[in-house]
Amino acid sequence: MGAADPGSPRRVMTGITLLAAVAAAGVIIATLVHDSTRQQIAENQRTAILRTLHELVRPQSYDNDLLADATRVIDPERLGTPQPVIVYRATMKGVPVAVIISSVAPDGYGGPIRLLIGIDDTGVLTGVRIAGHQETPGLGAAISQDRSDWITVFPGLSLVNPDPSGWTVRKDGGYFDQFTGATISPRVTVQAIHNALIYFSEHADSLFADLTDKAP
Amino acid sequence: MTDAVHADGLPGGYRRLLADRLWHENPSLVQLFGLCPLLAVSTSLVAGLGLGVATTLALITTSAFVALIRRFIGAEYRLAAFALIVATAITAIDLLMSAFFYDLHVRLGIFVPLIATNCIIFVRLERFASRQTVLRAAVDGLATGIGFTCALVALGAIRELTGHGTLLADAALLFGTSGYSLTVDLTGGGLELINLPAGAFLSLGLLIAARNWLIQRKREGEPETSVDNETATVHM
Repeated sequence: MGAADPGSPRRVMTGITLLAAVAAAGVIIATLVHDSTRQQIAENQRTAILRTLHELVRPQSYDNDLLADATRVIDPERLGTPQPVIVYRATMKGVPVAVIISSVAPDGYGGPIRLLIGIDDTGVLTGVRIAGHQETPGLGAAISQDRSDWITVFPGLSLVNPDPSGWTVRKDGGYFDQFTGATISPRVTVQAIHNALIYFSEHADSLFADLTDKAP
Repeated sequence: MTDAVHADGLPGGYRRLLADRLWHENPSLVQLFGLCPLLAVSTSLVAGLGLGVATTLALITTSAFVALIRRFIGAEYRLAAFALIVATAITAIDLLMSAFFYDLHVRLGIFVPLIATNCIIFVRLERFASRQTVLRAAVDGLATGIGFTCALVALGAIRELTGHGTLLADAALLFGTSGYSLTVDLTGGGLELINLPAGAFLSLGLLIAARNWLIQRKREGEPETSVDNETATVHM
């Protein structure tokens, strides 16, 4: 292969052939790897979601398939987004145990804050996790469970504990701590959780309707 | 073999190759290639190690493959062929990591697929692998990868220690649950600035300064060491 004329038809053909061969080999390799890892990756994703959900609902407390029995609901006012929101539903022998609502606090300081809110069948919070946020590092980011234990105050609370006027940060006369220099992130998070509780109180029966119907 | 002259013409053997890639021409600390992943991922030791190993794998496989087909690749379309080869390798590595190191993969996020755009890889393919034997190209890829990994791990360790006050806090991502026993927790707090992008630049600057200081101290009383061919030509 002479380097004399890079534009010669023979050289161009060799180049095209080589590029085509490399591309074909790439497609084959990528396809093989994709096919052989697909199941494992799906399993990993499932395990990862369940691990987070199990922080909010004890695995022993229900007997259905949380992921398969998930449903989608839309309520921009209560759940913070015009998009469908996933609600995971836990039942034991067909009896409702708890829900986990993946609601959104739309008005965070750095954008929407995505939440996972666990509520048992009596309307009491089982726990809350921050699933995603862009709050300021060192300030508002402390709402997240990996930055502080602020979020651990919620289990056991409900619409009547504290009463509605208490469902905001101390600065606004409420029950919940804010952070020095960051009031917005905890305030909107508390609001979003309160809204999710209201949503659940209004829809508790219809949320489980299709699951309890098919129970024996 | 037409490349024998070229290969043997380079100074030193594999030992020299390793020393160059790891220290004298470290891709991250001397040539300052691939800074984007270096700065973004070096928030903890384990994250740095994870991305370093993934990049090393990509360097070895692509270097070896390019060396294998080097005689058929004309200079005109070499870059296009490199892009295809690198994309294939990264796709495979991305999927395999997602399958076997899922949590680490989630932690590294977009920076695994972005290895494909790391200019360290293209520089090694263009400058070295496309002119060398398969073995030498693979060793070069390995050495460059280790050089990059060392910088990432050092930076990750410094930033984790000063930013979070821990070391190996997320070792479980790499070593399973037994990794928790490796974790060192010093203060339970840290300097938030170090976790931010500005802290990444500050830490990298200090790391480079420390390296320069070491070299300067060593050079005192020593005659000027010879400058390698690679260093001179790489600055484009």
